[in-house]
Amino acid sequence: MNLVTNVSVLTAAEDDGGFHAPTLAEFFPPAIFFEGTPFEMNRIVLVRMLAVLVMLLLFWLALRRGTRVPGRGQSVAEMAIGFVKDQIGDQVLGAKDGKRFLPLLAGMFFGILAMNLTGIIPGLNIAGSSIFIVPATFALAAYIAFVYAGIKQHGGWKYFKNQLFLPGVPWPIYIILTPVELLNIFIVRPISLSLRLLLNMMVGHLLLVLCFSATHFFFITGQDLGLLSLFGVATLVGGIAMTGIELAVAVLQAYIFTLLTAVYIQQSVADEH
Amino acid sequence: MPEITLAAGGEVPSGIGLFIPAVYDIVWSLIPFALIMLLFWKLIIPAFSKIINERTEAIEGGIAKAQSVQAQADAALEQYEAQLAEGRAEAARIREQARAEGAQILAEFKEQASAESARITANAHLQIEAERQAALVSLRSEVGSLAIDLASGVVKANLSDDQRATELVDRFLADLESSEAAGKGVR
Repeated sequence: MNLVTNVSVLTAAEDDGGFHAPTLAEFFPPAIFFEGTPFEMNRIVLVRMLAVLVMLLLFWLALRRGTRVPGRGQSVAEMAIGFVKDQIGDQVLGAKDGKRFLPLLAGMFFGILAMNLTGIIPGLNIAGSSIFIVPATFALAAYIAFVYAGIKQHGGWKYFKNQLFLPGVPWPIYIILTPVELLNIFIVRPISLSLRLLLNMMVGHLLLVLCFSATHFFFITGQDLGLLSLFGVATLVGGIAMTGIELAVAVLQAYIFTLLTAVYIQQSVADEH
Repeated sequence: MPEITLAAGGEVPSGIGLFIPAVYDIVWSLIPFALIMLLFWKLIIPAFSKIINERTEAIEGGIAKAQSVQAQADAALEQYEAQLAEGRAEAARIREQARAEGAQILAEFKEQASAESARITANAHLQIEAERQAALVSLRSEVGSLAIDLASGVVKANLSDDQRATELVDRFLADLESSEAAGKGVR
């Protein structure tokens, strides 16, 4: 408790070698280019663009001269897309629809993955997807995709009827079930998709910053800490462990996002639930 | 945590403001999103599919080729086996034929030999018969002349004396014998 009060006291004092707890300001850095225009760029936007461009460049380089007997880069690229194709597209949607939606699913997976991974890349240190609008854009794409897929498959009327009035349910249940389904499918799904990804990335970043800035404080800037500076060992180990966990989370969240999108599309095109 | 609002940097929204994006943020999330989707849709996934399809075709082509080669090999093997069987049958047939011919030749030889021996035997018989005939003829002529000689001898001598007659006959027979011995020596 003593430490905590110390910390808050130190935080209150600005730039005096004290400890700065990470805040949400981390996610709203000042503008760098084109300030005040719709094309204003800050650090996170630059990181995001860099991640996306590097990811696309790597895929392009790996696949631009595709050969039957693949080189190393091509093998990795094929394996990566093959993972999305087999584990998400084909497995959830079946071969035909899996093929149809593979560009969307693969773009989603690798786009989100690339932007997630910047969170643990030294020098970038922030996930491009840790701003609400990024997961929201992908969630909106997922939303449009599954509604479009359902309407294309069944026609508008039958699609909404299928989704909202589950067959084989006694009609009085519809009074409760239909609003729930409406809420679930058309409102909760996109929001939960974007929030899950956003919060994972935000919290991961805050934890990393917390661990490393605490280590910095305990080892270097903190004054008159005495034995308390040994806490720095714990925070350093914690920070390294968190980096590993963030790597797993980056992959896992991209996977979950894409998998759920595929599942939603599948539920839309399925004849019955 | 009241410190949150104290942080340095750009304007930090709080509460629901966190979820209301600035215009530039919308722009800079739509642009990478559009870029990703466009490239995956038009470039990356088609390239991926092309490679996979080509490989599948190559593998299927390879399998088909291997199958056709296997079929050809099987056909060739079958053909060779058929030819081999045919060859064996031919050899057996030829052997059989040779054996039959051999037997036939042997039989012919036997027949020829027996015919020859029969012919030789017949010739010998004929010769014997001819010689017998000749002997008979000569004997017959000699018997005639002997009889005439004997008769003339008998007529010449006086046939009154039995002893003389007996001597005469004995001498005649002795002459006959000696002439016969001489004749034998001649022949």
